[in-house]
Amino acid sequence: MTRAGKHTLFRILLIGPALLAITVFMIVPLLLMAYISFRGRDYSGGVLWDQFSAEAYVRLFFERELDGSLALNLNYMFIILRSVWLSFVTMVISLAVGLPVAMFMATRDAKWKAVLVFMVTLPFWTNLLVRNYAWILLLRDHGTINSTLIWLGIISEPLPLLHNSFAVAVGLTYSFLPFMVLPIYASLEKIDLRLVEASFDLYANRWQTMRRVILPLAYPGIVAGCVLVFVPALGSYITPELLGGGKTLMIGNLIGFQFGAARNWPFGAALGLFLLALVLTSLWLYARRYRGELEGGR
Amino acid sequence: MRLNPFRRRAFPGDARHWPGLFTATAVFFAYVYLPILILIALSFNENRTVTVWTAFSLDWYRMAFANRDIVGAATNSLIIASVASVSSTTLATLAALRMASNDRFLGKTGINAVFALPITVPEIVPAVATLMFFASLGFTFGLGTVIIGHIVFCIPFAYLPIRARLEGMDPNIGEAAADLYANPVQAFWRVTLPQLIPGILSGLVLAFIISLDDFVTTFFLGGAGSTTLPIYIFGLVRTGVTPEVNAISSLMLLLSLSLVSLSLFLGRDQNRKNGPG
Repeated sequence: MTRAGKHTLFRILLIGPALLAITVFMIVPLLLMAYISFRGRDYSGGVLWDQFSAEAYVRLFFERELDGSLALNLNYMFIILRSVWLSFVTMVISLAVGLPVAMFMATRDAKWKAVLVFMVTLPFWTNLLVRNYAWILLLRDHGTINSTLIWLGIISEPLPLLHNSFAVAVGLTYSFLPFMVLPIYASLEKIDLRLVEASFDLYANRWQTMRRVILPLAYPGIVAGCVLVFVPALGSYITPELLGGGKTLMIGNLIGFQFGAARNWPFGAALGLFLLALVLTSLWLYARRYRGELEGGR
Repeated sequence: MRLNPFRRRAFPGDARHWPGLFTATAVFFAYVYLPILILIALSFNENRTVTVWTAFSLDWYRMAFANRDIVGAATNSLIIASVASVSSTTLATLAALRMASNDRFLGKTGINAVFALPITVPEIVPAVATLMFFASLGFTFGLGTVIIGHIVFCIPFAYLPIRARLEGMDPNIGEAAADLYANPVQAFWRVTLPQLIPGILSGLVLAFIISLDDFVTTFFLGGAGSTTLPIYIFGLVRTGVTPEVNAISSLMLLLSLSLVSLSLFLGRDQNRKNGPG
């Protein structure tokens, strides 16, 4: 065998198994999902393979009446819009909280930086379900927050904190906030503090320094952070399931529902494809502008 | 922290002492850690009402360990996480060994994108896609299907730290081995691999944690007899909050926290070289 041939064989043997695993058990299923979204619905939970149907996509906007006519039904669109809106709110809150935290971290000395990065990273590796469950304990009618407020005499009746959009937004922010802090920190970490001093020497105040010096330096991190918060928030399942209480559904729950009680696989597949398209488009837009940053931002 | 005590509040140009930064950070860490700490505290609460503290007690832990369903779920979790983490780390190590080298070849960027796919796509989408895939093939849902699903999404978690470790290695060491008449195989076993072991272990532990904590994939690919701890907890939480859930949840938190500390400790050299984050 030639040297080049050996090289290729070696490459296939090393990379092949992992590539094959992801291709067979992730990419092929995703392609199958796209195919199923155009098939007929088997009401017993499955697919009519030999029947083409765009019913799943029609269903996004219309409801079929008993006589077969279509009536506009925006319930699903409403859930999709709510998902986008809640993810957007999560992103904005995360940015508002994450930016000063990242600035604080980036301006410490090396030893503190390491400790702070560790502390920001740590919760990510703990169970997402458990972390969201902890918020049930806090937000319930007799939960920690309401009990404390009543004890302090601020309120007399418990506030409705759980099972609404507010609870979901709190839970989403809680789940994905580290993804905002870390990339901003990474882009500010190497900042030369003398730049800030120079800005003040040139009679800029804090606000001007922030806008003209710090924000431009932090910008790549801010964009990366926004993508890394928005994308998983959009596809979240556990948080709305636990904290939304079945009323505040998001796309993820709507998809899951089609494979449980609703037994509508083609519709679930169409929704899955829609979510995938939303996510890949935002990632693609991002990657086109900031090539190579994506991998750094975990 | 302050090098010069006289500069404490002197100069507004010193970004380290801007107002609000410290407060924001304190609020942030309280927001991140208080819910976890409250959960753990309540798991030691003697009272059944869960949120009002009465007295310290280990009863809920005792009850959790005596509950056969919980022990069964914990066993499943450990089986799945062990098989999935070892398999995915093996696949990831092989791939990283080839992908970390500097040479460019056709499709390298694409392959890297494929390896990152399981963490870029929201988990619910591949979970239901794989559900349909397995159902079409007539698979029986259970431990096997869950393990396959876990192996796939664990690959990037093992791959990324191992590749980072390989890229952070000094290429001169390999050349030095060759200068000392080591053939490529000897150089790999005696030089590259020993240096890579901490990276591999770090990736293995991360994959283990991710698999152990997974809910969505397990929920959709599971079947009879594949209930894991997160699935069990979810079922309990849906029917109502009980102190037992607090106890198991706290144990899961502590397990993840100790494992991730171990992993970061193992991977610490690479952090020092490439900077954190």
